[in-house]
Amino acid sequence: MIAIIDYGVGNLYSLSHSLTYLGIENQVTREESVILRADKVILPGVGAFGDARKKLSETGMDRLVLQKAAEGAPLLGICLGMQLLFEKSYEYGEHPGLGLIPGEVCPVKDDLPPGMKVPHIGWNALKFTGECPLLQSIREGDSVYYVHSYYAKGAGDAVKAVSEYGVEVTGLVQRGSVYGAQFHPEKSGPVGLKMLKAFGEVH
Amino acid sequence: MIAKRIIPCLDVRNGRVVKGTNFEGIQDVADPVDMARYYNDTGADELVFYDITASFEGRGLFTDILKRTAAEVFIPLTVGGGINEVEDFERVLSCGADKVSVNSGAIRDPSLIERAAKRYGDQCVVLSMDVKRVDGQFRIFAKGGRVDTGIDALQWAHDGQERGAGELVVNSIDTDGVKQGFDLDMLAAMGRQVSIPIIASGGAGKMEDFKTLFEAVPQVDAGLAASIFHRKEVPLPELKRYLAAQGIPMRILREEEENDH
Repeated sequence: MIAIIDYGVGNLYSLSHSLTYLGIENQVTREESVILRADKVILPGVGAFGDARKKLSETGMDRLVLQKAAEGAPLLGICLGMQLLFEKSYEYGEHPGLGLIPGEVCPVKDDLPPGMKVPHIGWNALKFTGECPLLQSIREGDSVYYVHSYYAKGAGDAVKAVSEYGVEVTGLVQRGSVYGAQFHPEKSGPVGLKMLKAFGEVH
Repeated sequence: MIAKRIIPCLDVRNGRVVKGTNFEGIQDVADPVDMARYYNDTGADELVFYDITASFEGRGLFTDILKRTAAEVFIPLTVGGGINEVEDFERVLSCGADKVSVNSGAIRDPSLIERAAKRYGDQCVVLSMDVKRVDGQFRIFAKGGRVDTGIDALQWAHDGQERGAGELVVNSIDTDGVKQGFDLDMLAAMGRQVSIPIIASGGAGKMEDFKTLFEAVPQVDAGLAASIFHRKEVPLPELKRYLAAQGIPMRILREEEENDH
């Protein structure tokens, strides 16, 4: 069973339904007992980093997510949930992340050439930069759906796929059993569903 | 490279998809969930649902349709119609919408944009506007395009972005339903006003109209249409393949992923 962490940030309807559609058992939850017995964890999130980080702490979910990661349970952060895996974010101030992936989260607008729009909204092709189980059933050049204004930098060889948007946007990261997608696999059509299915199959 | 988006729009009244010409002569088309599934399977990049029912029962039907759609359609869903308060955002977001489009609600109280953007993020708030030329000026029209508000559309777009709108849907009343192409002059003027994504609406009649749109107004990120897709006068998968062949960046489904009904 995959536990989708509910800490009051964003709409979890589509994420839960996409897993159900794929026949993957899942539960949207903030119950400690449910999370502890889950095989895998998804950390979702939309909105601002600072608020989300605060809510993670207030609900005790940060401790549980770190505990599951330490036990080796596969963890997938999506969008802001992916950014929370990093060491630090500079969104409205400076906030510490969970530190599971090296690097920091910075405003994409500071690095864009003139004329590029922020937020980065829409479908963008993935370029593979490393090997990752989530990429095995899709092809380089397949498009995924992004909506974000901040992006992760400095993840080194944890970066497995990027998208070109004036800068190389960190799309997919992996370090051991910790995975992060800046795009929304649950909104990326058949390609996104294949990646979620692959996450359902990792050990 | 980011792809240009093709977005079918489903106007839903009393549980059915309808589409009029120049906002009048509304005709019944099909079941919204079936139609959403068809578009999902044939490569639509996003779907827009407009709730054009006025009744309480109609609203209940609409949220039910939204929930059923979001349970099996895994592309972005934008929902508009009847969005007057932040609570209306909550109502549709909890049924599976990803973005919420405001139009009349923002005209009545522009602070709705700010309040919603603060709570749900800029990316969630789409400012939709109906624009018509009056005395050489682009004006915002309300009530389904019937009432001239006197508001300057270019200023309105600019202010909307400042207030926190993450995207604009710009519908031209002058070209809507006429099928002679998008309102390129107006869209280019909008493109000079804002730096957020622009979704162009109103006037598409054939595949070439989309090509002209994306080539003539590079600031436009997406093209939206309704009846020409619903009636397959411009079949959506064919349109996307055509645009890709013309060098417009498109997301194309692989053959085994596409399921043409």
